[in-house]
Amino acid sequence: MKKVILVRCGEIILKGLNRPVFESVLVSNIKKALYGLGKVDVLKSQSRIYVEPESEQYDFEAAVKRLTKVFGIVSLSPVWKIDTNFEEIKKHSILMINDLLENNNYKTFKVETKRGNKRFPMESPEISRELGEHILNKFPSLTVDVNNPSFTLFVEVRESSYIYSEIIAAHGGMPLGTNGKATLLLSGGIDSPVAGWMIAKRGVEIEAVHFYSYPYTSERAKEKVMELARILAAYCGEIVLHIVPFTDIQLDINEKCPQDESTIIMRRIMMMISEKIAKSRGSMALITGESVGQVASQTIQSLAVTNAAVSIPVFRPLIGMDKNEVIEIARRIETFETSILPYEDCCTVFVAKHPKTKPRLEHILNSESKLDVERLAGEAVKNTEIIRIKPN
Amino acid sequence: MTREIYLDNSATTKPFEEVTDYISEINRNCYGNPSSLHTKGIEAEKLVNKARRIIADSIGAEAKEIYFTSGGTEANNLAVLGYLEANIRKGKHIAASAIEHPSVLEIYKHLASKGYKVDYIKVDKSGIVDIEHLKSVISNETALISVMLVNNETGSVQPIETIVKLKNSINRDTAIHVDAVQAYGKMNINPAKSGIDIMTVSSHKIHGPKGVGAIYVDKGVKIKPIIFGGGQESLLRSGTENVPGICGFSLAAEMMHSKIDLNISRVARLKKLFLELLESKLDDYCIISPENGFAYILSISFSGVKSEVLLHHLEERGIFVSTGSACSSRKNIHSHVLKAMGLKASDIDGAVRFSFSSFNTEEEIEQTVEALKEIVLKIRVKRLK
Repeated sequence: MKKVILVRCGEIILKGLNRPVFESVLVSNIKKALYGLGKVDVLKSQSRIYVEPESEQYDFEAAVKRLTKVFGIVSLSPVWKIDTNFEEIKKHSILMINDLLENNNYKTFKVETKRGNKRFPMESPEISRELGEHILNKFPSLTVDVNNPSFTLFVEVRESSYIYSEIIAAHGGMPLGTNGKATLLLSGGIDSPVAGWMIAKRGVEIEAVHFYSYPYTSERAKEKVMELARILAAYCGEIVLHIVPFTDIQLDINEKCPQDESTIIMRRIMMMISEKIAKSRGSMALITGESVGQVASQTIQSLAVTNAAVSIPVFRPLIGMDKNEVIEIARRIETFETSILPYEDCCTVFVAKHPKTKPRLEHILNSESKLDVERLAGEAVKNTEIIRIKPN
Repeated sequence: MTREIYLDNSATTKPFEEVTDYISEINRNCYGNPSSLHTKGIEAEKLVNKARRIIADSIGAEAKEIYFTSGGTEANNLAVLGYLEANIRKGKHIAASAIEHPSVLEIYKHLASKGYKVDYIKVDKSGIVDIEHLKSVISNETALISVMLVNNETGSVQPIETIVKLKNSINRDTAIHVDAVQAYGKMNINPAKSGIDIMTVSSHKIHGPKGVGAIYVDKGVKIKPIIFGGGQESLLRSGTENVPGICGFSLAAEMMHSKIDLNISRVARLKKLFLELLESKLDDYCIISPENGFAYILSISFSGVKSEVLLHHLEERGIFVSTGSACSSRKNIHSHVLKAMGLKASDIDGAVRFSFSSFNTEEEIEQTVEALKEIVLKIRVKRLK
């Protein structure tokens, strides 16, 4: 018997001729995610991937935890790989249930069998029935409940056979790196990390841009953004984080533009700078955490005015979500606790009391013309600090 | 960073070099556990006892009235919880000034949920407790009153002896707990003479190491432990003694007390210079600290300025200060102390605390005020159009 991890792939199995490309990217991402835990073989077989460690001391728990963060995986199971032979299956099923009952107060079970290997002489229902009977004889405390069992023993008969009782959900999506690159505007709030995560889940590689207004904000604001990027990096791999010095631009806006338009003009300049950075890095779209109507700068009119500042696509995956839906995801991907730390990001210090909620593009462009936007944006890009954020 | 002007000495202080040397020497050589029976243990025990005598001498107390803790917060917890646990029959009413440090206020809040009747004593505009209010709440049910000696945010100094007299005239059985964390080592204190029953102090506010503090408990006052274990510190505070920390603390206390008056006059001169320069260079600010307050603390509010923005601009020039109180600045809330003093929200927004030490120089004060002038003019909200 050998302990291995069974990885179930998501929608990549629906792909046609290019399916092997997606699969090999996923295999390579799995290897990267498991780096440092010890030597493993990662094998593809019929829309499944098996992770087979060399050592018996392999830390399966840590491996499973890391794999749940690999996009393209729908679920995983720690499984026992055994020879395809009914006596072997019976023997190891008993051993596995022994282990299970040691830690759990299980009363009922069922057996579910899949027979991929049609040369095996018994059919699936027959295997389930005979194995179930064998288990009932060995464990008098257990009874069968096919509708709502305390646990299910899964048996898969293939080239080798596999038994397991646990299916751990992962996030699904597409393997990272199979869908190009996009640039995330990462503020430090709750929304933007979730937006970045959602696009990364579709296999898109992420770079992040943060606008930094020191000394109008704390150095802790930057630390916080780096920490958020680090949490995302557990899903997205190393993230290139661009820290854009933004203080001078904000002061200039504050001085020269009407107060109730300052936020929308600031947003536009952020988009322009992000687009410049994206283009220079081979990134083909921007990602923001905007959601229609959430704040003044996210009304449909404001979004239109902001959007007009750039020509590349802007992805807004949260556009139709309520705050509590976003928070739910933020909790699940573990960015929430960091996002709610109080250090102010660049938006809050300069924010006007009553910003315009229905800006008109021609008015905004008129106000904006008082600024030398090209020069300001160019200088900000030139002085941008680049930090490579690795996962923990 | 080319230069560093550290004006945040109420948050913590830079340890004396002598103290850090002494601590590493003890870490290297005297690493015994004071509870051990062998020589290494006895050596460590002697060091702790010597330190205890030094702390006791510094406040005119007996060595057996001093117990070491992990710092001011633990000392305050022990003071309030330990006293009440040992004196259940003295009543179910307790009172604290509204401007206590969170390490006192939070205990009172907790006790309010455990069946104690709690009163928070109002303070006036200069941060001094309202004696009439205090008088109206003390009764024969009052077990304990907590009043800090020097407030950490404003430097207001409470009239402890007046408070003691007042409570003695109403209920002699009421105990007085004084948080002297800011005051200790920076002004002369004699708890026995002042009628203080329990007093708490901390090491890192007087150029000692972090993680050490002490509690003075009058020998006639009963107190029970809140931490259980091996029975160290005469059963009051279990846990292996932080020998290097305790020794470093005692050395810092010795150094501070040998120059207490000299330091006060030095620091008072710095504060005076600060205020004079400010008056000649800047408009539109108000001084929050009371005129006759503690020399080491100067709290000022600059109107039209967001204190955190000012703090970061000063930091950029190597000048370190606080907004209100270091403990509150991480929460996005207004300081409870400044609120209790009746300050407007807009004044609290602009409040910055400068807290001095004997390390500061006149030149540093000049540079700080110069920087303040430039920064405040730059960041002050001008757009009232």
